[in-house]
Parts: sequence; C-alpha cells; structure tokens
Amino acid sequence: MLHYLSQTLKKSLVLAETETRKLLHDPTELISRAIQPILWLGIFGEALSKVRAISTPGLTYLQFITPGILTQSVVFVAIFYGLYVIMDRDTGVLQKLLVTPTPRLALVWGKMAAAGIRGLSQALIVFLFALLLGIRLHVTLWSVLGVVVIVMLGASFFTGLSMIVAAIVKTRERFMGIGQVITLPLFFASSAIYPVAIMPGWLQAVANVNPLSYMVDGLRALMLTGGSARVGFDIAVLAVAALAISMLSAWFYPKVVL
Amino acid sequence: MPSPSPIIQVSGLTKRFGDLAAVDDISFAVEAGEIFAFLGPNGAGKSTTIKVLITLLKPTSGTAAIDGHDIVRQASEVRRSIGYVPQMISVDGTLTAYENLMLMARLYDVPRAEQKERAREMLAFLNMEGHADALVRTFSGGMIRKIEVGQAMLHRPKALLLDEPTTGLDPVARQNVWEHLFDLRGKFNTTIFFSTHNMEEADEVSDRVAVMNRGKIAATGTADELKTKTGKPDATLEDAFIFFTGNQLQETGNFREIRRMRKTQQRLG
Repeated sequence: MLHYLSQTLKKSLVLAETETRKLLHDPTELISRAIQPILWLGIFGEALSKVRAISTPGLTYLQFITPGILTQSVVFVAIFYGLYVIMDRDTGVLQKLLVTPTPRLALVWGKMAAAGIRGLSQALIVFLFALLLGIRLHVTLWSVLGVVVIVMLGASFFTGLSMIVAAIVKTRERFMGIGQVITLPLFFASSAIYPVAIMPGWLQAVANVNPLSYMVDGLRALMLTGGSARVGFDIAVLAVAALAISMLSAWFYPKVVL
Repeated sequence: MPSPSPIIQVSGLTKRFGDLAAVDDISFAVEAGEIFAFLGPNGAGKSTTIKVLITLLKPTSGTAAIDGHDIVRQASEVRRSIGYVPQMISVDGTLTAYENLMLMARLYDVPRAEQKERAREMLAFLNMEGHADALVRTFSGGMIRKIEVGQAMLHRPKALLLDEPTTGLDPVARQNVWEHLFDLRGKFNTTIFFSTHNMEEADEVSDRVAVMNRGKIAATGTADELKTKTGKPDATLEDAFIFFTGNQLQETGNFREIRRMRKTQQRLG
C-alpha cells in the first residue's frame, strides 16, 4: 500500500514534469489561451460595470468577476484535457504507457498536475491583466499561495472529469461535443459572473453543488479580501472532490487499446 | 529442442472475444537470445497474442510465462522483464529524443544515478547523438522506430516484443532498424519477438518463425525447415505459408486495423 502510494506519487511527478516540458517547447498554446480571459475582463467586464446592472456590494463589478474569469479560464483548459487521452489512444503512446510499471492512478494524477500547471499560467495572465486595468486585488504571500492551491485542485477536478468522459466516448468528435455542452452550464450555474443571491432557487441549488462555485468562492475571498474562514472549507471540498474523481478516473482509464 | 527455461513460454493460450477465438489454443517457446518471427496476415491474432503476453489482456484459457513469470499472476514482474514497441507511433513528437528516452528510464525505475548515462549511451548506440535535443516530430520514420526501440531497452529487459516494427518503413530504414536490433541482441542477449506480415523480412532476420493463421499456429520452425517441408525445391516462405495454411497471405483485417496501419505508414514513410 505504502509502496503503491510512493510509486504513484513518483510517477505522477515524472509525467507532470514531462507535460510541462512539452508546454515549454511550444508555448503558443499559453499565448492563445490568454486571449479569452482578457476578452472577458476587458470587454464583458468593462461593459457590464458601466451598466451597473448587477449589484455587488462593497466591490466593483470588475473586482467581482476577476476571480470568476480566472476560474473560468482554468476550468476551460481542464475540461478539454481528456482530449490528450484520446490522442494518446489514437497513437501508440497510451498502449506503451500501459505496459510500463506505472500505476493507472499516476497516469491520471500526472495529467491533473499538468493541467494545474497550465491553470497557473492562466492565473498569472489574469493577475497581470487585472493590474493593467487597475482592478484592486489583494496580493499577499498567503493569498497567492491559496490561489495556487485552489487553481491546482480545481484544474485537477475538471481534468479528472474530462478524462472520464474521454474514456467513455473514445472519439474526438463526441468528446468535443460533450465538452462544449457542459462548459457553459457549469459556468453559468456558478457565482463566476453574478452573485448566487440573484439566481432563481433551482439554479442556486445547482450552484451549491457545482465545484466551480467553490473555486470562485475561494478565489474571490483570497484575491479580494485576503481570505476568510470559508476558504479552508472551499479547499477541503475541492480536495475531496479531486481525489474522488481521480480514483474514478483511474478506474475508467483505458486498460488496453484493441 | 526446448531448453529447461525458455524466455517466452506459451501453452494452450486462448483469447476469445464473445464467440470469436482471436487466439485459439496456441503453444510455443522462445529461447534466450532468439529472434522469433510471428508471421501472419492482418487479423490472424498476432496483435492479440502480443497484448496477452504484455499483460494488457487476460487470456480466456491457457497460460504464458515470460522469464518464468506468469503473465496473469505476476504481471508486474512480467512488465519489468519486457520491452514493448507498439505498431503505432509511441514516441512523443513534442519532446526531444533525449526527453523521450529519459521519460521511459524514469517510468521503468532505472536507478536515478544511471538514467542520464543510459539515455546518452542509447543515443550513441543508435548513432543519434547529434539528434539528442531535436524534437522527435522532425524525425524520419526509421529514426522514430530506433528511438522507440531505445525506449524499450533502457531497463535492460530480457525480451523485446515488437508489433509490426518495420511496417511502413522504406527498405533502407528497415535495414537500419534491424542492424540495431541485431546489435542489441549481441550486446544483451535480448530475446526478440516480433510480428510481421512480411514474408521476406521473417525469412531474412529470424532464427525461427511461427506461422499464424485465423488464431492458430499452423507451423513453427526455422524458415528453411518450413520451406523444406513443402517438398518443393526453391520454395519461398510464402510457398510454405500457403502449404501450411491453405491460404494466400492476403491483406484482410477490419476498417480500424487498416486505418491504423495506413496512418502509421503515412507517418513513418
């Protein structure tokens, strides 16, 4: 058991490091991924904050949505991460990995960590752009550390979910279809761009079980006020959700490519 | 003559998918240092047999052992005793040659102190030192296969299993890949087990051949033995194949297999 755990951790790190190297060889993806959050903040956020249609007591609307946009950009990276499983499956990469003495959980954790690292690059972009727009954020060592933890856990959860979908649907076309279908509802059924309080009751119920809400909630507290008692709870919920989905994902992970 | 401890020992192995027996009660043994060709048309059951041997598929019945380890009960020992090169491209094009080798060295638990040295040594062995830091997606088909063989050998396995290793390669690249495989065998006494639908290749490079057709092994022996048994003077291995199976070595296989093969060919060629 202890041996399995140490093997899993060790191999996850190897795989995550390898994924990070790939990213460094070709950083164009990082740059193209930066565009979406910049548009949301720079255009959507600026426009709605002029209208003052949404009341966000004590905060400007731009302050309010900055953590929401960060969450969105991290989740959108992670939710399509399962595509890599499909690509590895279509080549011989997956087959070869499956034959190595690597625990399947490590194959999942490796991808989760890699998605988390991509998420962190999104966080950096959102922070820098917010600074440029003059959005006041609370930046301390602890709040930044908290943001790192929440981004990693949130990215992990949605990567795990994505890998399960990939393992079930098996083809790129179906996968992309499902990815498109689930991203926007997840985003809208959260407190990312408006407070939960203004939602109808049924949507509030959805928002309360949506892991994305816990990301937004934790990030908002950390980035705007430097943290609150609830941040620990948000982190705990995300950690448990990420761990549970990683085990489920390892179970669904392809066992052989026929 | 089977020796007391062959590296690959297969007895009565059967793998069924529903009603279809993809592998139907086959038995054979491969000795240490032997180059063994698994010859047959697409859909004969070669890949399925390999997938059972590399522990990804469980046999329906029968047993197999690699270096004395049972493929079902001791799967993790088996995995450490073998190197595997899939038919499809299995290197990561977005990593360098060196990084691809290091990834496998680490996943196979090569001692930390030796990882870099073994990766460098392997590049030198493959005459690819000059390409160590180039992204693999810029490589030719022959270079890709060589890196894949290198990846599979870093942990010094007893047996190397290759699924159609030279399908899609041009004759020069094919020759080059085999020269390196012969060198590996010479250096480490590695047992090389490979599948192919190419008669000439099986004839030229292997010590022994198993002729597989429709899930069964029709004959096993050296290429010369099989040719002699046809009773025809100047018989080719193709004549032997027809003699033992009553079949032409036609391209069969389903859409998925053909697509996969064409894709690999396109990328390697």
